[in-house]
Amino acid sequence: MLRFLLRRIAGSAVILLLLTVVAFLLFFGMPRDPALLMCGKTCTPDALANIHRTLGIDKSIPEQFWIFLSGLVMGRDDFAQGPCPAPCFGYSYHTNEAVWSTLLDRLPLTLSLALGATVAFLIVGLGTGMLAAWRRGTVIDKTFTAGSMVLSSMQIYFLGPLALALLVYQMDLFDEPKYTELTTNPVAWFTGLLIPWAVLSTIFAAQYTRMSRSAMIEQLQEEHVRTARAKGMSRRYVFFRYAWRGSLIPIITILGIDLGTLLGGAIITEYTFGLPGLGMLAVESVNFSDLPLLLGVMLFSAAMILLFNIVVDACYAFVDPRVRLS
Amino acid sequence: MKEDLVLPAPREATPESPGEPLLVAENLTKHFPIKGGFPIRRTVGAVQAVDGIDLTVHVGESFGLVGESGCGKSTTGRLITRLLEPTDGKILYRGQDITHAGRKQLAPIRSEIQMIFQDPYSSLNPRQTVGTIISGPMEINGINPPGGREKRVRELLEIVGLNPEHYNRFPHEFSGGQRQRIGVARALALEPKLIVADEPVSALDVSIQAQVVNLLQKVQDELGIAFLFIAHDLAVVRHFSQRVAVMYLGKVIEVGDRESIYTRPRHPYTHALLSAVPEVDVTGDGEGRRERIRLAGDVPSPIAPPSGCRFRTRCWKAQDKCAAEAPPLVQISGNRDGHLTACHFPEEPTIEAREEDIVLDPALAALEESD
Amino acid sequence: MTTLTKEAGAPVPADEGAFLSVRDLHVTFKTEDGPVRAVNGLSFDLQRGKTLGIVGESGSGKSVTNLTILGLHNPMFTTIEGDIVLDGKELTTARESELEKLRGNKVAMIFQDPLTALSPYYTVGRQIAEPYRKHTGASKQAAWDRAVEMLGKVGIPNPKARAKDYPHQFSGGMRQRAMIAMSLVCNPDLLIADEPTTALDVTVQAQILDLLKDLQREFGTAIIFITHDLGVISDMADDIMVMYAGNAVERGTVDEVLRSPQHPYTWGLLNSMPRIDSDLSAPLAPIPGAPPSLLNPPSGCRFHPRCTFAERVGGARCVTERPLLGPDRASACHLTAEQKRTIFVEEIKPRLG
Repeated sequence: MLRFLLRRIAGSAVILLLLTVVAFLLFFGMPRDPALLMCGKTCTPDALANIHRTLGIDKSIPEQFWIFLSGLVMGRDDFAQGPCPAPCFGYSYHTNEAVWSTLLDRLPLTLSLALGATVAFLIVGLGTGMLAAWRRGTVIDKTFTAGSMVLSSMQIYFLGPLALALLVYQMDLFDEPKYTELTTNPVAWFTGLLIPWAVLSTIFAAQYTRMSRSAMIEQLQEEHVRTARAKGMSRRYVFFRYAWRGSLIPIITILGIDLGTLLGGAIITEYTFGLPGLGMLAVESVNFSDLPLLLGVMLFSAAMILLFNIVVDACYAFVDPRVRLS
Repeated sequence: MKEDLVLPAPREATPESPGEPLLVAENLTKHFPIKGGFPIRRTVGAVQAVDGIDLTVHVGESFGLVGESGCGKSTTGRLITRLLEPTDGKILYRGQDITHAGRKQLAPIRSEIQMIFQDPYSSLNPRQTVGTIISGPMEINGINPPGGREKRVRELLEIVGLNPEHYNRFPHEFSGGQRQRIGVARALALEPKLIVADEPVSALDVSIQAQVVNLLQKVQDELGIAFLFIAHDLAVVRHFSQRVAVMYLGKVIEVGDRESIYTRPRHPYTHALLSAVPEVDVTGDGEGRRERIRLAGDVPSPIAPPSGCRFRTRCWKAQDKCAAEAPPLVQISGNRDGHLTACHFPEEPTIEAREEDIVLDPALAALEESD
Repeated sequence: MTTLTKEAGAPVPADEGAFLSVRDLHVTFKTEDGPVRAVNGLSFDLQRGKTLGIVGESGSGKSVTNLTILGLHNPMFTTIEGDIVLDGKELTTARESELEKLRGNKVAMIFQDPLTALSPYYTVGRQIAEPYRKHTGASKQAAWDRAVEMLGKVGIPNPKARAKDYPHQFSGGMRQRAMIAMSLVCNPDLLIADEPTTALDVTVQAQILDLLKDLQREFGTAIIFITHDLGVISDMADDIMVMYAGNAVERGTVDEVLRSPQHPYTWGLLNSMPRIDSDLSAPLAPIPGAPPSLLNPPSGCRFHPRCTFAERVGGARCVTERPLLGPDRASACHLTAEQKRTIFVEEIKPRLG
C-alpha cells in the first residue's frame, strides 16, 4: 500500500513537472510581450529593455524555465522586490506582491468555502440519495429524483444572484456574503459564508443525490446483498453495512475530482459573491495579464487535483479490501 | 427449424487425404508476463498458461482438448489461430511454419483456420445484420463466390439451419442457440480446413446444446473440416472428438484416441476427471460400477506451478521422483498407438470401481470416517 | 395415475406430513414489456431430511420459486399468489420480520457463483458469524469460534487463520465451501442450493457434491437442489421435479423420473444430453426450437410448440387445454399413461444406449 502511494506521488510529481513546462511555454513563450503592457503609452526602447531585464525575460526561454524551476525548489533572490523563498513563483506584475504569499492569503477563503460546502452537500446529497433508494418507487423517491434533476441543471450564476436578490436585498435576512477569518470571529465567518455555501452545495447536493441513489440501487441488486438478506440480516442492516459500502466507490471517485476542483478555486461562485479567494485571483490575474500569478494559481489548482486523486486512491483501499490486498 | 444439412458443391477437391497432419504444434509455450515492482515496473513473473505442449490435428479429424479452468486449453486455441503470439515453440500448418508469421504471410492461412467462440451474445457485432456478419470474412479476404456473396450467405444460413430470409435481421432477434449457428455460418464462410471451437456450447441450455453439437458434427463429417474442439465438459468432448488430449496446468498429460482416454486412461488425473463427472444412470444397473476418486482442493496457480509433474500436489501416487522430474509424454506399454501418457506411476487401464475409493479431501474423509 | 383435466388448478390438498408445502404458486413480475409469469401454478411437497431436485433450463422458474420461498423478491415488482407452508407456517403472508427470523436460521440458501454471492468487503469469518449472532444471540467471540469450527467442518485447511481472509483470497472451490459453512451455521432444517456447483470445475464439483451429501447426513437437513444438470441431480436427489416455462411437468423419485420418464420434455432432456458412457453411433436427439418467452407463453400445454408427440394426443387438446400435474408420481401431459409407457420403452429408451 505504501509502495503504491509512493508510486502515485512520484507519478503526480512527474505530471506536475510536465504541466509546468506546458504552462510556462504557453505563458512565457507567447509572442506577446508582457513588458509592453507594463511599459504604458510613453514607451521607449530603453524603458522596454529595462523592464525586460527586471522581469528576467531578456534571457532565452530554456534559461528562463530553469530559473523558474530552480526558484520553485530553492527560492530566488534576484528580484528587485526582495528575496523570494521557496516555493518561489516570482512577484506579481500587477501588485508587486510575492505570488506564493498572495496564494496563501487567498487560500483560507477558498478552503472555507470548499470544505463547508462539501460537508453540506455530502450530508444532504448522500442522505437524500440513500433515502430515495431506500424508498425506491415511492413518492419520496420520485420527488427527490425530480428535484435533484431540476437543481443539478441549475447554474451558480443563476442561483447565486437569485439567492442574493431574495434573501439579502429583498427580505433582508442576511448580510451580503463577506469573508472573515475563522480565528478572528467564528460567527461572522459562518454567517458570512452561509449563502455561498447554500448555493454551491445545493447544486452539488443535487448531483450527489442522483449519484448515491443510483449507486445504492445498483448495489442492492448485487448478489452478495441478496446473500446477506437470505441469511436473515435485516433490510436496514444490509442497506447500511453491505450496499452502502459498495456505493461509496463511485461517490469517492467523483468527490475526489470535485474537491480538487473546488480547492483550486470555485471561480464562478467567488466571482458571483465577490469573495476574494483563489478563483477570484485567477480572474484577476487573467484580467491584468499577470503571468506569474496566473501560472501560480494554475499550478496550485493542478496540485490540488492531483493531491485529491491520490487521496481517492487511498480511500479505495480503505473501503475495498480487494484494492488493499492486491 | 431446419435440421437437414444442404451441402454446397465442393469448391475444389481437398488436396490432402485424411490422416495427414494438418496442424502441428511443437513445444508450444505461452507465458503471460506479470508486471510489478517498485520504483520501476518490470516483469516479476509469468503466468505459465501453456508450457511446452505437442499437438497434431490431422486433416478432417475432430480433436478434443479437455481440462479444468487454468489448464491452458483456451490459450492453446488462441495460439493456434495466432490470435496470440507464442512465447516459444513452433506451429506448422500444412508443413509451413506460421509460428511468427506476419500479417501478410498469415493472410491466406487465416481464411483456412476459423474460430467459433463460447459466448454467442458478445461475439457477434450487435450493430451488424446477420448478412454483414457472415459475409464479413469473404469481404475481408476479397472472395467473390459465383452468384455473389449474398447468395452464398443464404446458402450458409441454410446449412446451419437458419431461415435464409433472416439475412437482414440483427443478432438480438435470435435466441442463444441460433446466434451460435450464426457464429458457425461465419466460420464456414471461407470454407476453412480447420475450425477451432472454444467452448462452443457451454453457454447454451442442454436442449439447445445438442442442436449445436449435432450441427458441428454434421459440418465436420460432411464438409470434412478438421476441428480443434475445446471444452470442459467431458461428455460433450467425448461425443464430438475422435482423439482427445487432457490438459492440466499448461501441459498435455494424456492424449489418445477417444476410446483409450475414456475407458483405458493411465494418468491419475484423467482417472480423477472421469470419475468426477456426474453420471445419469438411465438404465439403473450401473450403481457403483465406476471408480470414485475425490481430489483435495483446487488446481494450483499457473504462476508458480509445482516442480516436476504438475499434478503431483493432488496425486495419491506421488513420490519423490514426481517432484524432481517432469514425466515425458510417452506411450506406456499396453497402450494403443498414439495413446501417450505423462506419468511416472501410471494407473491401471480401467475405470472400474476400486476396492477402496480414493478420497483425498480431508473434510470428506473425516465425514465419511465418522459414518 | 391421475391426470387432471380442469383448466383452472384444483389445488392438491396439502400433505399433512410435509415439512414444506407449496400450493398453486403463481409468481408474476412487472416489467416494462408487460407481466412475466415466471411461475404458474406450481405445487410440491418436501419431507424432512430429504432432497428434492428441481431440474430445468434457464427461464423454467426453478430459481424464482426458491427465492419466493424465502420472500426475497422485491414486492414492488412481484405479485405472489398461492400458499407456501413451512413447518405449519404460511410464508406468503408472513411479515418481513418473521421471514427474517427464518432466513439463514431455519431455511438457508447457497447460490451459484460464490465469488459474487459473498461480500468482498468483509472477512469470510465475519460473514459466517453474522447470521449465527443474529439468530442465536451468541457473543461476538462465540460466533467467531463457531465460524472457525464450520470452516473446519467444510474442509478449509487452517480455518483459524483463513477465517480472517476476504473471499477474493479464497479459490473458487474454497469460496463455495465457505458459502456452505455460512448456510449451515445455524443448523437449518431446509437448505436451498441454487446451481451450487455450476461455476466450479468438475473435480471440485465432485468434492462439493459429496460434501453436501455427507453434511446432510450429519445435520439431517432437507435440501432443495436446483440444477440444469441431470447428472448432478441423479447423484444428489431423492425426488425430482422437472420444470418447464414456469410449470412443473413431471415429478417422482430419481428412479422413476430418470429411468421411466413420462413427459416428452424429460425425454427430450435425456435424449439431448451427451453422457460419458452413451452410445456414440447415433447423434444426439435435441428438442427442436427454443424455450418460449414468458411474456407471451404458448396456450394450452406450454411445451406443445416443441413437442413431437402432440399429434398423438389427438385433436387440439395440447393447444387449448393445459395439462395439470397430479400429486406424487405424475406428469403433466395429455398422452395416456399407456401411450407414455409405450413411447418411452419403444422410442426413447433404445436411444439412451
